[in-house]
Amino acid sequence: MSSLSRRDWLLSDQPASRRQARLGQAYRTWLSFRSNWLAMVGLAIVLALILVALFADVIAPYDPVLGGDLRTERFLPLFSEGHIFGTDDLARDIFSRIVHGSRLTLMVVVLVAVIATPIGLLVGTTSGYFGGWVDTVLMRLTDIFLAFPRLILALAFVAALGPGIENAIIAIAITSWPPYARLARAETLTIRDSDYINAARLQGASSARILWGHVTPLCLSSVVIRVTLDMAGIILTAAGLGFLGLGAQPPQPEWGAMIAAGRRFLIDQWWVATVPGIAIFIVSLGFNLLGDGLRDVLDPKARK
Amino acid sequence: MSDDTDGGGRTGALPRILWKVTKIAATVALTFLGLLVVTFLIGRVVPVDPVLAVIGDRAPKSVYDRVFIELGLDRPLYEQFWLYLQKVLSGDFGQSFLTKRDIADDIARVFPATLELATVAILIGTVLGVPMGVWAAVRQGRLADQVVRVLGLVGYSAPIFWLGLLGLLVFYARLHWVAGPGRVDIAYEYSITVKTGLLLLDSAMQGEWEAFGNVMSHIILPASLLGYFSMAYISRMTRSFMLNELAQEYVITARVKGVPEWRIIWVHALRNAAVPLVTVIALSYANLLEGSVLTETVFAWPGLGQYLTNSLQNADMNAVLGSTLLIGAIFVGLNLMSDLLYSLLDPRVRRQA
Repeated sequence: MSSLSRRDWLLSDQPASRRQARLGQAYRTWLSFRSNWLAMVGLAIVLALILVALFADVIAPYDPVLGGDLRTERFLPLFSEGHIFGTDDLARDIFSRIVHGSRLTLMVVVLVAVIATPIGLLVGTTSGYFGGWVDTVLMRLTDIFLAFPRLILALAFVAALGPGIENAIIAIAITSWPPYARLARAETLTIRDSDYINAARLQGASSARILWGHVTPLCLSSVVIRVTLDMAGIILTAAGLGFLGLGAQPPQPEWGAMIAAGRRFLIDQWWVATVPGIAIFIVSLGFNLLGDGLRDVLDPKARK
Repeated sequence: MSDDTDGGGRTGALPRILWKVTKIAATVALTFLGLLVVTFLIGRVVPVDPVLAVIGDRAPKSVYDRVFIELGLDRPLYEQFWLYLQKVLSGDFGQSFLTKRDIADDIARVFPATLELATVAILIGTVLGVPMGVWAAVRQGRLADQVVRVLGLVGYSAPIFWLGLLGLLVFYARLHWVAGPGRVDIAYEYSITVKTGLLLLDSAMQGEWEAFGNVMSHIILPASLLGYFSMAYISRMTRSFMLNELAQEYVITARVKGVPEWRIIWVHALRNAAVPLVTVIALSYANLLEGSVLTETVFAWPGLGQYLTNSLQNADMNAVLGSTLLIGAIFVGLNLMSDLLYSLLDPRVRRQA
């Protein structure tokens, strides 16, 4: 099959099978996504982050935690030989630390998404589907969590749980789910009285089955877009916690904690604090661009 | 909200408003109670022993037991919560282990610094953000729009504490354009009599213009930084509200009548966009409290944010929970205020009330 005919097959107006229709739909979505170059830049940044995190051991020339010779290799400036981003106060190669830090960043983003999304979906769909006092109770609870600014609540949780990257992840996840619950509830309200839900109910499907099998899949795409848009915020919150000394602990090469450590040498060795900041900036910019692009493609309501 | 109930005369209006006020009050009370439950529960799971925090770890067992009972730790959890509730409602947040003062006093002392910073920041954010949003909407899809979009994206993606450090490095350490960390130089600290706690206001009222200039030079960098982040949000929202308004039919009517374009944009459309915009500005004012935690740490700004981080790093739980609660309460308050303002400013919503 030549590439041209494969394209025709995908874009066919009369798909012969369900699979062809689905693939064709996905291909059209991809085409419209591809035409948005900012979104493509975002995708490239995120893919690069994933690759760097996967192959950190191969890419990083030095150990991220053990430094070099403290007499001769401290505070080497940018673009020194063998140390493209220079070295820090413990003669550690900043490039290697950034590369290994990408793993922590990716871990935070993925774990927060994996913890917070199901909670939000569960609370939101349950609340929207059952209505009545279940709805009232769950939405009040959601409002209470929304009543705190996110970083402040995360700070309080970390204070209670103790500093560390695992606790930072838990704290951020606990503070992230309420908007997803709101969104899932709104979506559920629009579909709970539709005919196919009634049909499933008449066939004797349990509430749990309807919620999980018929309601949740329809809420998924808008919640996923929202989660992608939030990822930059998650990264910034985690970096902020690291900066305050409440997230990842030294000597872990977490980018926020690296900025905090480099702060002491800001005036003379400015690159030590500057380079990790650039890394955070690029990655959260990537997630923002990707999220914007996904929203334009997948959410017809936002398209104006 | 249908038209017949609205047209039903004034007889039904008063009970309706009363009903609405009661409903809002109940919601706020419930949310606040929730805030209390959350902070109470956080306070219970802390690994810090509250008794040891009061008496130190050298005290004999008898003292320990007495304080344990004094703090009510022997009672069931719901009774402890009831005690906590009573204390908080009477303004008693307990003592700080760090400063040995009442939390309420500590907060009252540091809050004006945060308020001053946030207010200057929101002024900067609004004054720049609204015209930029209007400009982007009018020139939709063109260079101006892209510039505003990129500025906004940078604001959404850059860590605020990092930009703060860079700002200090460039404008303070290298260029000497602004004063460094802190609110005021020590040399001026005693020439201002603190009355409101807002140093800009205090120094201006006392005619200490030199001190005023010094305070200004200190506040301008952190406030611009926070203001930039509000600007990113405000300009984005202004743009979308303006696009919405400019597509309305009254704009076409005005154009047909020959109303000058600037008047259509700045008077007709912006006036309608202003209603939801007030909500947005109130919300970003509330969000500044959050941004202030990191900014105050970077700029050694002696406000609520720095107080909170200091207490966090020293496991001073009473102080942490007190300031968390206060910030939550302010957040709820500003949200409520923006709702009320919305219904005051928009006749359509007002009629529905």
